[in-house]
Amino acid sequence: MTGLALLIPVALGLGLLGLAGFFWSIKNGQFDDADGAALRILIDEEDEL
Amino acid sequence: MTATTPNRAPVELPISDFAVPGMRCAGCISKLESGLALQTGIVNARVNFTAKRVSITHLPEMTMPQLLDAISGIGFEAVAISESSGDADNKEAKRLLKAMAVAGFAMMNIMLLSVSVWSGATGVTRDLFHWLSALIALPTVAYSGQPFFRSAWGALRKGRTNMDVPISIGVIITTALSLYETFNHGQHAYFDGVVMLLFFLLTGRWLDAVMRDRARDGVSALLKQTAAGAMVLQPDGETAWIDAKALGPNMVMLVAAGERLAADGIVTEGISSFDLSLLTGETTAQSVVIGSIVHAGTLNLDAPVHVRVTAAGADTAIADIARLMEQASQGKSLYVRVADRAARLYAPAVHTLAALSFLGWMVAGAGWHESLLVAVAVLIITCPCALGLAVPAAQIVVAGALMRAGILVKDGSALERLAEVDLAMFDKTGTLTMGRPTPTNLTDANGEQKSVLLALARASRHPLSEGIRRTLEAEGVAAAKIEQVREVAGAGVFATANGCAVSLGRPNTEISHEGLASELQIEGQPSFAVHFSDQIRPQAAATLAELQGLGLTSSIISGDRAESVAPVARALGITAQTSMLPQEKLDAIARQKAAGHKVLMVGDGLNDGPALAAGYASIAPASASDAGQNAADVVFMGDALSPVATAIRAARRTQHIVRQNFILAIGYNVLAVPLAIAGYVTPLIAAAAMSGSSLVVVANALRLKNAAK
Repeated sequence: MTGLALLIPVALGLGLLGLAGFFWSIKNGQFDDADGAALRILIDEEDEL
Repeated sequence: MTATTPNRAPVELPISDFAVPGMRCAGCISKLESGLALQTGIVNARVNFTAKRVSITHLPEMTMPQLLDAISGIGFEAVAISESSGDADNKEAKRLLKAMAVAGFAMMNIMLLSVSVWSGATGVTRDLFHWLSALIALPTVAYSGQPFFRSAWGALRKGRTNMDVPISIGVIITTALSLYETFNHGQHAYFDGVVMLLFFLLTGRWLDAVMRDRARDGVSALLKQTAAGAMVLQPDGETAWIDAKALGPNMVMLVAAGERLAADGIVTEGISSFDLSLLTGETTAQSVVIGSIVHAGTLNLDAPVHVRVTAAGADTAIADIARLMEQASQGKSLYVRVADRAARLYAPAVHTLAALSFLGWMVAGAGWHESLLVAVAVLIITCPCALGLAVPAAQIVVAGALMRAGILVKDGSALERLAEVDLAMFDKTGTLTMGRPTPTNLTDANGEQKSVLLALARASRHPLSEGIRRTLEAEGVAAAKIEQVREVAGAGVFATANGCAVSLGRPNTEISHEGLASELQIEGQPSFAVHFSDQIRPQAAATLAELQGLGLTSSIISGDRAESVAPVARALGITAQTSMLPQEKLDAIARQKAAGHKVLMVGDGLNDGPALAAGYASIAPASASDAGQNAADVVFMGDALSPVATAIRAARRTQHIVRQNFILAIGYNVLAVPLAIAGYVTPLIAAAAMSGSSLVVVANALRLKNAAK
């Protein structure tokens, strides 16, 4: 039973953390430009310095 | 980054959005963002590649045309987008997504607890797990159930019923009974079933909303906003860009060649000709002189003119068309979606069944508690989980496939209606034809003439030059090197090539050819006249034949004169009605409707707007007017007409799969309901049956992935 008392809150807490992260990313527009984010990594920004 | 920014008063800089359909790669993103940021007056540019848009933060004094010039200076074609009107819809999709995320989280955690109960937990452990499940499930039901409760309540208040009524009743009764069981140390709690049900149903709803959003974004990226405003002559002699909404009577607009009018008015200076095709469907340009009345939405072809505004905004001739459209579109809102039609039969049947099994068990001598448990099991098993997924899953797969093929479907109901049409009516100008002048005799020009032509055409934005440029660029002609380029409004483009004077412009000699023409002069060579006509769209004949094969008879309803329509009708072998006003097009559709036909309207112009709204389903090309695109159910890209047939074929296949899905869902009920009535359904069986049937339905819908081929 002591195991349960520890494991269940841990499991729920981790799940809630994921849920909170998902809500945060929706609110901050992380999914607004999925294709663009994939391409931006290819941009060479050295010349801007 | 320790330095703080200087303490300036925060100034809200204006942000303008532009659609840039030409961006294709990472290079385009950096070219746009860094290139624009270097220009004076532009503070920042941010590209959204998915939506093919760029939002520019700029100084307040930058005007629309200046910003457009800045983008075209970097080598991209852009169109201004007005502030998005559909923010409310977008919020709905986000709300559904959040509700779905909560339900998903709760479902997984409750399932974890439920599995231990099913695998034999008893006594205190089982009670503890039930309590924990209740703790997770109750807030989830309160949060994620809202979309259903709200819609069910709305329907009940009007004395109607929809899909959400049985869902809400099922969810509430099951939650209440499970809570009662938990209090009394009962063996079965259905928290996992309730939450899983919400999760699957929300998935269906969310898919539906995403589909609407995606198509709407696609369409608003196309809206050309050609008449977003006008250069207005100020009293002090300066000019300023004024938004279409702010235009008022007696302002004087300076309309350059190639610009669309933003308001109705009277020409006060200049001589030109106007293209009315978007407004009336007529292809022949109308010449205007001082005192001529011109309408918003028409295109100035030849020379700059001054137009004194007589009516703007809601008072223009366009507004009349808008009113007709509004009336016509009321018919469409009466359409009942397939899923709701199914629910009308399904909901009463399910409720009767649950009530009967409750009564049956009571009569057979079981206690009210046991009878209620059976009734809840029946409700859970029959809850339209698969039914709620059956339609949206199929429709979003097809909409995705169609979108990849360049066909945007506005929403699910559009697909359902499109599958049922049995008669097609086409507009001519811009729909069966390209709606823009295309040179017809360029093959007669020699190599030198072609390369000079292309160079000159590139120097001008006149519609005829655009036509020449597009054709020659498609041929792969290399442009000649020209110098000292100057464009004389109303006369043409003048330059020198290899020391010879060259020009492209208004024909000097009177060319007795019907329609438009322009003339290429190269010093020391005979002149070459380029003739233009409005070409029939590629694959138009093949598409009409395919529609015939699908059981659709086609005809033309055009606002253009009979002489212009006849050649097209003859070439395509279909009948035509001509010189029709927007109201007459509406009447033609109403007549066919009265005769029992479901009319597909295909059109593009402003004058087609009411007809597009009135048709049982409607399709517009991406080159259509804003009004046309807004009224249409489906918008297709590209020049070819074949997407019309593709869309109908895909819609019919979708309907076929949806019907299969319904049969699967009902078949599952036929098997499971007797078990539930007999009292054999435990939460474990309910959970397995529910997810099993949902998976089958989604898998079946995925077969539509190639429906657009």
